[in-house]
Amino acid sequence: MIGQLLDWFAAPGRWSGGTGIPARVLEHLGYTLLAVALGAVIALPVGAVVGHTRRGGLAVVGAANGLRALPELGVLVLLVLLLGLGLLAPTLALVLLAIPPMLAGAYSGVAGADPGAVDAARGMGMREHQILLQVEVPAAVPLVLAGVRFATLQVIATATIAAFVGLGGLGRYIIDGFSVRDFPQMLGGALIVAVLSIVVELVLQGLGCLVTPGPDRLRLRRVPTLTTREARP
Amino acid sequence: MRAFGYDIGQLVVAHVALAVVPVLAGLLLALPVGFWAHRSPAARRVIVPLSGALYTIPSLALIVVMPIILGTGILSPVNVGVTLTIYTLALLVRSVAEALDAVPGTVTTAAVAMGYRSAGLLFAVQLPLAVPVLIAGLRVASVSAFSLVTVGALVGIDSLGTLMTSGFEQDYPQMVAAGIVGSLVLAFVFDALWLGLGRVLTPWSRARTGV
Repeated sequence: MIGQLLDWFAAPGRWSGGTGIPARVLEHLGYTLLAVALGAVIALPVGAVVGHTRRGGLAVVGAANGLRALPELGVLVLLVLLLGLGLLAPTLALVLLAIPPMLAGAYSGVAGADPGAVDAARGMGMREHQILLQVEVPAAVPLVLAGVRFATLQVIATATIAAFVGLGGLGRYIIDGFSVRDFPQMLGGALIVAVLSIVVELVLQGLGCLVTPGPDRLRLRRVPTLTTREARP
Repeated sequence: MRAFGYDIGQLVVAHVALAVVPVLAGLLLALPVGFWAHRSPAARRVIVPLSGALYTIPSLALIVVMPIILGTGILSPVNVGVTLTIYTLALLVRSVAEALDAVPGTVTTAAVAMGYRSAGLLFAVQLPLAVPVLIAGLRVASVSAFSLVTVGALVGIDSLGTLMTSGFEQDYPQMVAAGIVGSLVLAFVFDALWLGLGRVLTPWSRARTGV
């Protein structure tokens, strides 16, 4: 079996052309980036505003938890049957699945900002939008990033399933392999998806360390700064 | 009950068995592993990142890799069962460790002073206090398991997901919708069941709120 798997990886044309591994990886990353970016444009502002005003917070958390129960396969198939084959329906399904974790992250991050800091900002005469953008959003960064990471993994996994409804990407190897009982092809595809997910997770964790404000930031250069956490008694 | 050319009762039974058995198995495995992570910081440094990495692997990929690891056939439901057990274990190990960490030191000290020793302390004092966190983790694992079981249908493992794959092939949206609704209803029924179990296991939380 391992030998057959290695043969599959070494087969001619496996590393070039439209159905080669690099092309499939790029397709998969492309769908993922598109869905996560569209989802973020919708989810992050809505989550931040709801977190700031605290109106509708229960609805946001409830919807995010309820959507977790939706079977991804069913959503994909239903949207494709209703909207037709192509890129639109699977992308819509992926965006739908990317929204809840990012919405919950933005909401809980902003709502969980230190109330003392928010009050101090208000006392200094900051306007509401300044409080949101300059105090609450920076405080929310770690939870927002956790939401983005979870959404990304969810989308990578669901994009694999979406090969069943005709989408390209790495799921093709698994679905096409299954339909002709080509086990090495299925296994090869599964291994590449697994490695891709872990690599993407590590890259996002690394990026997260770079953009997180405050003392948790990974410092590339030593800059003497007085952080809020150090300043607190 | 027959509908869409399938015995729906049989699909529901398969769906429930494939979701609930792995979740309970994952919980049983998470207790000792989580306890180990709670006691040993060195073990924790390995267990927590490892379970995070396992949780990262897409479900379809894990289901497909299982036959190689387990020696099962590609069409065996065991592949889906073990995959969901791994997800539950990965999710709950951290919950167990953190729930045990959160038991107040004064409580364990008092229990030790009253004569509780390792096993008694764990089962009579620490675990009961960890129940709310465990139930919260169990509910998340259970809800996602009911949704992930359907992915098995892509490699021929029957569940309500079969209505989705078959409905796609027959261009029959009602059949797909029936699969989605059925899966959602089952997920919510068992979610309510775990919630109720948590209430029964923590009578003191009801006493405090005066219900």
